[in-house]
Amino acid sequence: MVTVLALVSVRLYYLQVMQHQEMTELADRNRIRLLRVPAPRGLVFDRRHRPLVDTQPTFDAEIVPEDSTNLSETIERLESYLGEDHVADKIADADEEGRPPYEPVLVEERLDWPKVVALEAHQLDLPGVSLEITPGRHYLYGKLAAHLLGYVGEVSREDLIKQTAYHMGDEIGKFGLERGWEPFLRGQAGGEEVEVDAVGRRLRVLKEIPDTPGESVVLTIDLDLQQAAEQAMEGKNGALVALDPNNGDVLAMVSHPAFDPDVFGAGVKSADWRTLMSDPNHPLQNRVIQGTYPPGSTFKIVDSIAGLQEGSLTEDTAYSCAGGIWFGGREYHCWRKQGHGTIGLHNAIVRSCDVYFYDVGQHLGIDKLAHWANLLGLGLKTGIALDNEKSGVIPSSAWKQKRYHERWYPAETLSVSIGQGYVAVTPLQLAQLAEMVANGGTRYQPQFVKEVESLDGGVAKAYPPVVEQHVDISPETLQIVRDAMADVVNGPGGTAHKAALPGITVCAKTGTAQIVGNKGSLVAGEDEDKMPEKYRDHAWLIAFAPKEHPQIAIACLVEHGGHGGAAAAPVVHDVMQRFFQLYPPAPQTPELTEDRANRPAIARVLEDDTADETAER
Amino acid sequence: MAFDRRLVIRFDWTIFWSVLALAGVGLLSVVSASYRGPHKPIDPLVVRQLIWIAAGTVAMVTVVLFDYRALATYAYPFYVISVALLVAVQVIGHSTGGSRRWINLGFFHLEPSELAKLAIVLVMVRYFREEPPKGGWRLRQMIIPAVLLGIPVALVLKQPDLGTALILVLITVTLVFVSGLNARTMAVLGLAALCVMPLGWHYLKPYQRQRLVSFINPQADPLGSGYHIIQSEIAIGSGGPWGKGFLKGTQARLNFLPEQSTDFIFAVFAEEFGLAGSLVLLILYAILIMRGTWIARHTRDRFGALLAIGLVAIVFWQVAINIGMATGLLPVVGITLPLVSYGGSSLIAMMLAMGLLISINIRRYFF
Repeated sequence: MVTVLALVSVRLYYLQVMQHQEMTELADRNRIRLLRVPAPRGLVFDRRHRPLVDTQPTFDAEIVPEDSTNLSETIERLESYLGEDHVADKIADADEEGRPPYEPVLVEERLDWPKVVALEAHQLDLPGVSLEITPGRHYLYGKLAAHLLGYVGEVSREDLIKQTAYHMGDEIGKFGLERGWEPFLRGQAGGEEVEVDAVGRRLRVLKEIPDTPGESVVLTIDLDLQQAAEQAMEGKNGALVALDPNNGDVLAMVSHPAFDPDVFGAGVKSADWRTLMSDPNHPLQNRVIQGTYPPGSTFKIVDSIAGLQEGSLTEDTAYSCAGGIWFGGREYHCWRKQGHGTIGLHNAIVRSCDVYFYDVGQHLGIDKLAHWANLLGLGLKTGIALDNEKSGVIPSSAWKQKRYHERWYPAETLSVSIGQGYVAVTPLQLAQLAEMVANGGTRYQPQFVKEVESLDGGVAKAYPPVVEQHVDISPETLQIVRDAMADVVNGPGGTAHKAALPGITVCAKTGTAQIVGNKGSLVAGEDEDKMPEKYRDHAWLIAFAPKEHPQIAIACLVEHGGHGGAAAAPVVHDVMQRFFQLYPPAPQTPELTEDRANRPAIARVLEDDTADETAER
Repeated sequence: MAFDRRLVIRFDWTIFWSVLALAGVGLLSVVSASYRGPHKPIDPLVVRQLIWIAAGTVAMVTVVLFDYRALATYAYPFYVISVALLVAVQVIGHSTGGSRRWINLGFFHLEPSELAKLAIVLVMVRYFREEPPKGGWRLRQMIIPAVLLGIPVALVLKQPDLGTALILVLITVTLVFVSGLNARTMAVLGLAALCVMPLGWHYLKPYQRQRLVSFINPQADPLGSGYHIIQSEIAIGSGGPWGKGFLKGTQARLNFLPEQSTDFIFAVFAEEFGLAGSLVLLILYAILIMRGTWIARHTRDRFGALLAIGLVAIVFWQVAINIGMATGLLPVVGITLPLVSYGGSSLIAMMLAMGLLISINIRRYFF
């Protein structure tokens, strides 16, 4: 008996004195559970502080399998109320991922109202099932600016490993602004230290750590302008981006077709995901920065600036266009098969004569052309704070050597001169080209966030303009190019009369991006309309306005739109018109007013007798 | 029966107060085990336990008035009644948690296996009260006790209640040893026990085997069968040297302990009163056991001495196994902590037993 008592006493001493610390910890771990309270995500406002994205309470269904007395029966009932049959799988998945006991399993997010009511009413039949109210992301205008705003989703397993601050089930920005500004928008989750009993019932809150809501982000986007742009692009595939040429602010950014970001927040269903992924129009692609297209005739702006700056071209240089030239045993057409006759620089730009720029390109040579294209931002990433931006391609002899291990053939320069061949640029790069012509050679980094607002309403972080590069372009060169671009819209024979606005001088350049390489044999403008849509050319328009004090620079691409003047110019017209309604241009000096008073009148007269004005390539 | 003044003068207050102290500890622990927070009503469990303590005390004092020697006459009838009740429990028993252990008497759930412990003590003492032949009891003379033991053990195992069966065997073994055993018989019985062990494993229910495995390695299945041991050790260990204080034990209040008012009541107590309280509890038991063995040694008739040993054996084995189990020294078997665990049958049976012990002590002077 003494032995037994001694043995028990020793054991008690071991447990209660030597292992006391450890056992106390275990006891606390038993009873204290940390419940995270996710912080409401920060709001997103447009530049005039109108909300674009907010956070609203949503109901999620959760189940703690350990709390259910008859799990299979509970699952069966729950599935019948939800109309889903994935509950058992979700529990199995969570267990596989190492779910600790009593940790709830998220069964379904964002229940609609009838399901919330059903679960609430049958609570007693569903032991272990609870409704969690969580702040959910809500995109007030649906697909509006979807590629820029991005979307949120449940944090992935990979992210969980990298980011220790996240927990299973947390929301994280997956794309666009939501991803890039995640650290600001996210806020700090709060928590509750809750005492639970052996079956996981929450008995009382021991400690509460308040959450810190995410900070709000104010965009440079203008909601009205964005809506106008979305509407103008309605029914078209393509991209439009509007910049403020004075600081690089993105005023509007549209990529069509778009997607509904709310679909992702709801825990994207596999069927929805498949639809998005298999859509031949690639709605998830942000064409503004990820779509690379031949710039077509918009590249003639680059030819002109390069030629004028390098001295191989002057305002008075004239070439003769007979509808095409022979080079290296092949004929290179002008879009106007009857030719432009002897033509000077101004009219070559206005009427977009191909043959003229074949000559300009020949005189410059590919490497000087490539040098100037790069200086003007083409073929380079703009540095916009969005993921997966493409740089596009500006070919040079070195590039060809490296890429194809072949020397550059002079004939290839001809294609490049009219923005075809190897050249590929993004809509954003062309918007920057318009911006640089507008502001005299400064390339700003495109920014779409104006500021991050701290919780007290102050500015937590401002985004001053960032000058990527300033290129010295002589005032004469700028004058020549701007005058020509103004006449593209307003002058006789101009190719973008549809972009004209009353009282404001819009400067623009059309472009048509050939997508069928061997279409040289087809005579453009003749059977274009009869072609299947997918072989039709892409239509470009780059523009800025007003000519004198530019406030907006736009690049617009309409996929398979045909000619830039026909398809893209009306879109840009609508956007510009809305812009100047919202931001009326500053009063003009009398001299400039007089200048503009004449031009539109001329344009209007000539518009009617220029039958083939929009049929340029 | 005329009242004898000696009953008062020689009343064994040591046993009496130890029993009441242990019952008091039991009551406190049942309060703790059923406590659910400051604003919750007192659990009816507590009230019932209080009533049983009162009834048990009356029974204990009443038993002192009777001459224990008369029990020799009633040993066999009492045994038969107990066995009959064990059979009855199989037929009309009330089942909880998969085992049939109780007979519903309307006001009281009788647990016949608690009575069987007393019955087996009485019947064995009755059998062994004769002086053994020279050199001790022989194997031949072990047949009747084996049958007497085998019947209730088989019935109890059928419930199933491994703990009580084990206690019945241990009581018998203790009495056989104390009453004098032939050396050869002892060797044969020892060998037989060794041979039966693997066979026993075969007859164990899966959950019982699981418990043995868990005992050897509780972490093998921390949420399943090892859970009880781990949670009990956590409760005891987190109590520390001085305990968390009355009603402050989280393991019990939050239901982490299994069977916390019966089999694992020691963990409830140890969590709130620490090593100090646990040692006080052990000392109380030690006092009871030592007093009981002292009485056995000083009683002049063999029947009284063996009876005292048998009664002490019940307490000793139950305490050793229960606390051994709660502290993780022994595998989990369902055995109550005498006088402390919640339960009317076990409490009243134990108090009756202690009353008998006092009765023996008083009458050892009566020759």
